[in-house]
Amino acid sequence: MTAQTQAASGFSRELVLTAMADSFRKLSPRLQFRNPVMFVVLVCSVLTTLLWMQALAGHGEAPTGFIFWVSLWLWFTLLFANFAEALAEGRGKAQANALRGSRKDVIAKKLASADRHAAITFTPSAELRTGHHVLVEAGEQVPGDGEVVVGAASVDESAITGESAPVIRESGGDRSAVTGGTRVLSDWLVVRITSNPGKSFLDRMIAMVEGSKRRKTPNEIALTILLAKFTLIFLLACATLLPYSIYSVQAAGIGHPITLTVLIALLVCLIPTTIGALLSAIGIAGMDRMIRANVIATSGRAVEAAGDVDVLLLDKTGTITLGNRQAVAFHPAPGIDEKIMAEAAQLASLADETPEGRSIVVLAKENFGLREQQLEAMHAQFVPFTAQTRMSGVDFGTRQIRKGALDAVEKHLESQGSHMPPLVKRMAEDIARRGATPLIVTEGSRALGVIELKDIVKGGIKERFAEMRKMGIKTIMITGDNPLTAAAIAAEAGVDDFLAEATPEAKLKLIRDIQAENRLVAMCGDGTNDAPALAQADVAVAMNTGTQAAKEAGNMVDLDSNPTKLIEVVEIGKQMLITRGALTTFSISNDIAKYFAIIPAAFATTYPALNTLNVMHLATPQSAILSAVIFNALIIIFLIPLALKGVKYRALGAGSLLRRNLLVYGLGGIVVPFLGIKIIDMLLVLCGLA
Amino acid sequence: MTTHDFLQVGLYLVVLLLLVKPVGSYMALVFADTPNRVTRFGGGVERAIYRLCGIRADEAMGWKRYALAMLLFNVLGVLVVYLLQRVQPWLPLNPQHFAAVSPDSAMNTAISFASNTNWQGYAGESTMSYLTQMLGLAVQNFLSAATGIAVLVAVVRGFSRRSSLSIGNFWVDLTRSTLYVLLPLSLLMTLLLVSQGVVQNFKPYVDVPVVQTTSYTETVKDAAGNAVKDAAGHEVTRETPVTTQTLPMGPAASQIAIKMLGTNGGGFFNANSAHPYENPTPFSNFIEMLAILLIPGGLCYMFGMQVGDRRQGWAILATMLVIFIPLTIALVAAEQAGNPALHGLAVDQHASALQAGGNMEGKETRFGIAASGLFAAITTAASCGAVNAMHDSLTPLGGLVPMWLMQLGEVIFGGVGSGLYGMLAFAVVAVFIAGLMVGRTPEYLGKKIEAYEMKMASLAVLLPCALVVIGTAIAVMTPAGVAGVANPGAHGFSEILYAVSSASNNNGSAFGGLSANTPFWNVLLGICMFLARFPLTIAMLAMAGSLAAKRHVPESAGTLPTHTPLFITLLACVVVVVGALTFLPALALGPIAESLMSGH
Repeated sequence: MTAQTQAASGFSRELVLTAMADSFRKLSPRLQFRNPVMFVVLVCSVLTTLLWMQALAGHGEAPTGFIFWVSLWLWFTLLFANFAEALAEGRGKAQANALRGSRKDVIAKKLASADRHAAITFTPSAELRTGHHVLVEAGEQVPGDGEVVVGAASVDESAITGESAPVIRESGGDRSAVTGGTRVLSDWLVVRITSNPGKSFLDRMIAMVEGSKRRKTPNEIALTILLAKFTLIFLLACATLLPYSIYSVQAAGIGHPITLTVLIALLVCLIPTTIGALLSAIGIAGMDRMIRANVIATSGRAVEAAGDVDVLLLDKTGTITLGNRQAVAFHPAPGIDEKIMAEAAQLASLADETPEGRSIVVLAKENFGLREQQLEAMHAQFVPFTAQTRMSGVDFGTRQIRKGALDAVEKHLESQGSHMPPLVKRMAEDIARRGATPLIVTEGSRALGVIELKDIVKGGIKERFAEMRKMGIKTIMITGDNPLTAAAIAAEAGVDDFLAEATPEAKLKLIRDIQAENRLVAMCGDGTNDAPALAQADVAVAMNTGTQAAKEAGNMVDLDSNPTKLIEVVEIGKQMLITRGALTTFSISNDIAKYFAIIPAAFATTYPALNTLNVMHLATPQSAILSAVIFNALIIIFLIPLALKGVKYRALGAGSLLRRNLLVYGLGGIVVPFLGIKIIDMLLVLCGLA
Repeated sequence: MTTHDFLQVGLYLVVLLLLVKPVGSYMALVFADTPNRVTRFGGGVERAIYRLCGIRADEAMGWKRYALAMLLFNVLGVLVVYLLQRVQPWLPLNPQHFAAVSPDSAMNTAISFASNTNWQGYAGESTMSYLTQMLGLAVQNFLSAATGIAVLVAVVRGFSRRSSLSIGNFWVDLTRSTLYVLLPLSLLMTLLLVSQGVVQNFKPYVDVPVVQTTSYTETVKDAAGNAVKDAAGHEVTRETPVTTQTLPMGPAASQIAIKMLGTNGGGFFNANSAHPYENPTPFSNFIEMLAILLIPGGLCYMFGMQVGDRRQGWAILATMLVIFIPLTIALVAAEQAGNPALHGLAVDQHASALQAGGNMEGKETRFGIAASGLFAAITTAASCGAVNAMHDSLTPLGGLVPMWLMQLGEVIFGGVGSGLYGMLAFAVVAVFIAGLMVGRTPEYLGKKIEAYEMKMASLAVLLPCALVVIGTAIAVMTPAGVAGVANPGAHGFSEILYAVSSASNNNGSAFGGLSANTPFWNVLLGICMFLARFPLTIAMLAMAGSLAAKRHVPESAGTLPTHTPLFITLLACVVVVVGALTFLPALALGPIAESLMSGH
């Protein structure tokens, strides 16, 4: 069994052993009381143990061996439930320990002011407070969460993200946040500390992965109420069975009243122990799946809300399209050879280190085999992009090559006493309409042609959006582009809607508008200007590379800083709810078979005719009851992998999803125990326990 | 089952379904928030009533105020009916000079009629004066039914209103149910019944000579009323000839009309709808059956209209039918198959031109197997409780059906109003489970179902179940409880289980066989009836209050549709599974054991 568990969800031997030890520790009534279903099992286990002792003393209400086996398997039921929870917690605990390792106290170089050359006092990191400034140099650990105020450095964040490639952290902009416990690899940083000891990101992360702050989510509470209701119904139905049985024995004049052992066995079989045992494991495993996806959620509530999301706001750049625009075609002006135009475009871009510039060079090389030329050798002079000209280019000799946006180049040509050929202008406008960006290349006063720069939509993203639509989730693309470009990309990527020329205010307003319709919104962001929107959204994933403000505003942090992760987050949230629902249905459906096993057995002496209901042809009344109890315990172990991995999620409409899950877990839940109980009964007969 | 049986059941269902839409649309107008042609028509009378009672019709009540008004009104009703029974000897319209009803029986009856249960521990024609029948029982027949409809309308508002603190005004809902729905339908029904020969007069009872003199064996009793015993300890008996017969009279038709329409079920006479003066012809039987399910069926349609999606109403109705039809067929089939104890003997139980076949014990020959079986299913599916045959004499499996229909919580049609809000509680539970399985916080009709709603819905589902199993346990453990049982063995257990199930689900039908007019049974069943009705109602109003305050969640592809065959199946499964899992052990010791043994 353990081998299977291990294989199914990749648990190490060590984790399993720790979990086994924890299963016993978790028998404490104080812990069990939180789960009404399992608390009833605990009380029942104690009762049967007492009955067994009574039997040992010679006053047994049933054969000693029978009570012993029932009692033993009831204890197993409890232990299996504890084991499931312990196993789910295990991985988080291991990760928390690793994180604690990186939270070493270091001696920080505290600066008197935000200046690299200010006076340094050596202060233990535990004494740093919000607003202090520290200097962190190459090879040193960042002493606490903070914001870079001066300097730039490469930082190893593997302790937090698990990603070994170093990242650049620099003052100003959206890459200014550093996390305590990370290590500066080169250069230096002056950091303003933004968290007090015990409140740092690392501390919060440890608390989250460890599950120490885990509280029941709203949905879990509602489900617990439902389970408590079922438990109460069965408690009443079983407890009143004793008087019924006594009356029936008197009325029929034969047989013995039902024994307490059988009554308790029936009760434990009927109450929803399967879901009761696995409920907390499902919740913990859901959080754990988030952590393995490298997303740290600040609460289980956030994970649950993710499953309910109606609208996804996705930034175009980095989420829907690859980070940058790329040159995809050269469109020469009439009468110009494409190769000549490509060469000019390449020359104009050689010194342009932007990704767009690089992509022009690459395209020219790919299409025309044009090799990169050395600018120095040509004595060329690079003309950089300025806000005034809004063009860049190169001058060498008499040749003046420029590239730029349509309106900028138009002005440039007019200043040269020339004008933009109408055909070129039309080409540029066509390109813009397609959602791409036109760049006009000129040499002197002549327009050579248009470079088409295009946003490259990520592979497979369209299919993901189609899945989202099936799940009833609307996707909205957020972009700073003009509406024309935005519409074209939206159509290509298959999003449902878009917000063009987005400003932080427009974003916030959009979220509020959607929420006013009572829909839940999920978004991700990294910049400080995203913070208000992140705070407003129901599910807000902040990028780990983002600013401190963004991280504070969101309720999840993606350590990989991959905006596409939002989709995964939604799926994990849904999967968690579905797993709960599936196991609840399975648990309740199981009861039907258990009745067929136990009822004929329980009243065998009073109404032998009831044996007609023994459709499984279980060997003896005792083996029937014992088989049901054993099945009830074992099914928990068998379902642990499912609880931890979650039910396989399929992007289907609500109706088809329900039909599928009802068939598998509802109908399956009816059929499986008939087989299972029969097999166990046969084994018991083989072992001579029947 | 014979073809004839199928035709009768089929005809009934067709006529019922044809009436659902007109009745439902009419009620939707009655309870509409905006004035319309119906409320304008009766507006004068309505306003006069409000003025007379000092009701502020425009007051918007929160759920607590609504529940308090409902509770106070009904407790007052209980007191009035109790007092009326206790002082009837000194009041007019008592031609038979009946004495005051005993305190326990009067208490039981008062709760019974206020809770729309109409369990009758007493025999009407030998206990209640005409005044008590009319002013006490008939009035409560109207008011308990109107209360049920009012509460339902409030619960439906919980779903249909958005961000609202109010779920309506109890007094207005109560007045409108009575004035626009129950009174006109009762009037029509009374005329139809009178046309069939149901009595409606204030005459004293009539003694007539019997056509053929018979005699019966009577136990000799001493002055104290105890049986006289001979030297051997046997009771002394004597043959008594019967030469005259007393025919009871009274204003029966008007009370029977509302007894059916309001799913009350309290008969004017002890034999209830088996009595020829209550239910003389097959046609009167048909319209009585129709009257039972007319309003519960129509309310489903009204519900659909009020939540703005008729399909939701049809879906609920379909769920009820999905459970009702197979169980009805099972009941009629079991009765038509005859008594299992007679199988293998030289007894012909087959239907033929000369005999109805099957198990005719306890059935009226003018109704036969199908009309009796169908009536038994209808009266227990709805929480009516009127009977036209003795359920105690049904075959074991035939008797299991009415018992289980009640134990399902009276949600398969159920009582007027109460059946539908009970079913909505189940729908909330079903939606919750289904919502989990599609990975979304569950929603029903655009309202999110959260912990509070689950708590209230669970309470509503749990309460009747708990009352049945606990009440039965108390009865079988108490000598006073067991004392009333007529039959030994499993059948005796069925008698107790049936009685408690009937009271705890506000049905009111009697299995028979059990002598329940004793202080023990009157008190036990009185408590069951009260607890089953009012705490459950308050829980549903609390849920309505919470739902009404919520905002409406728009539908998307991720929303689980609740009008599809899939959801209907799921809802039916939830109702059946809860009912089966709770009661299977008890049923195994009663009808199931009896059935399995009688076959051997």
